[in-house]
Amino acid sequence: MDVTFEFDWSAAFASIPHLLPGIPWTLAISFGGLAIGFFIGIFFGLLRISPVAWMRWVATIYIEVFRGTPILVQVLFIFYGLPQLLGGPINALVAGIAAIAVNSGAYISEIVRGGVQSIERGQREASLSLGLSRAQSFRYVIWPQALRRMVPPLGNQAIISIKDTSLFSVIGVGELVRQGQIYIATTFTALEVYFMVALLYLAITWTLSVVLRLVERSNLAGQ
Amino acid sequence: MTANPSSHPAPIVRMEKLNKHFGALHVLNNIDLEITSGEVVVVIGASGSGKSTLIRCINGLEEFQAGTLEVDNNTLKPYGKSSKALQTIRTEVGMVFQQFNLFPHLSVIDNVTLAPIKVRGQRRDQATQTAKRLLDRVGIADQANKYPSQLSGGQQQRVALARALAMEPRLMLFDEPTSALDPEMIGEVLDAMRELAREGMTMVIVTHEMGFAREVADRVIFIHKGEITEEGPPEQLFDTPQHERTQSFLARVLKH
Repeated sequence: MDVTFEFDWSAAFASIPHLLPGIPWTLAISFGGLAIGFFIGIFFGLLRISPVAWMRWVATIYIEVFRGTPILVQVLFIFYGLPQLLGGPINALVAGIAAIAVNSGAYISEIVRGGVQSIERGQREASLSLGLSRAQSFRYVIWPQALRRMVPPLGNQAIISIKDTSLFSVIGVGELVRQGQIYIATTFTALEVYFMVALLYLAITWTLSVVLRLVERSNLAGQ
Repeated sequence: MTANPSSHPAPIVRMEKLNKHFGALHVLNNIDLEITSGEVVVVIGASGSGKSTLIRCINGLEEFQAGTLEVDNNTLKPYGKSSKALQTIRTEVGMVFQQFNLFPHLSVIDNVTLAPIKVRGQRRDQATQTAKRLLDRVGIADQANKYPSQLSGGQQQRVALARALAMEPRLMLFDEPTSALDPEMIGEVLDAMRELAREGMTMVIVTHEMGFAREVADRVIFIHKGEITEEGPPEQLFDTPQHERTQSFLARVLKH
């Protein structure tokens, strides 16, 4: 039997309408999770540099646990494990968002810590010497500068988290990969479909990269 | 403490037996110092002598471990355990740093108005008006909307001076204000400080500019290894230093 396997462009294009419904799910899980992860990151990132020892410990433990375990295990734990504790099922979308939130939150904590610590000591001293309270010094002087420095690593984390959502096909949430798997089950065009799936991820992450570059440029514009 | 400060002006800064350690290092050793309102005091000494640490204690940027420190009738306690008094002192005491420490994310005018608005509760238009007047006074009114990185070092330091003055301080601290400047920019900053001294501002200045010190100081203090070795009017301290340490220090710095 002579098997020549050729890339079938028509099959690739034909898959697009079946894949597109996955995009809102991918975006919802990614950005829902990242939005929550951002606040988790601010919270634990600041705890991590607290002058109070036990607060630093709480933050360190959080970061080590969620950065040191695979996100696949985390989402399986949340979706299949937690219901045993809670006594009821967890919605797959909620489980996916929660997994991205706690996972990205751990990385963002370190981004926040690094960003704040990167601001020269003189900035804090100058603001305190003007009579600003520690809270005002942080709010008006340290944080705005730290946030600007955090943009590139936050963008990096966003791209990683978007790609991480592809793992959540295992809990049956209808994101991009899941839509691809469902479609392939009827057409057996794995090559073309996964190629399109990859292209769609690239479209999302590349758009985000462009937006981030614009943000960075406007950040620098004033200085 | 006098009940009526106008009849007997209390010193604006009073240090008694101030002691500070960095681990095993005794940075400040039993410092006794009084500074009167309107006085210009210049602190000189070799690097690492404790002169910067001394003035940073006055506005609580450094903690001390023993002794008394009163600034404008507010008492600072050892180990920084006096946050309320510290806050008051910092609103009354301005500081200019070696590295300027302007806020790079804020325009020049916003650098100057930040503290008056957030700490003094001034309205923005009022604070802006004051800021423009101060920037004019230090000769950079035309740079108000620029960002610090767009200015030369000398201009940045003058903005830093205007920023401190915007809080209408009763006392100004200068921590080597010209040490990070290119030589051609030192003059413009010293001019602005000279002007301030003429207007009667109480100033404590750490500097290596001995000519400037001789010219503006009412009193010069020489610090060696955390102790006030010698102090006096500039003519006396520069021309007839009594202590051998002072003599050898001056011989080294005045040679250049």
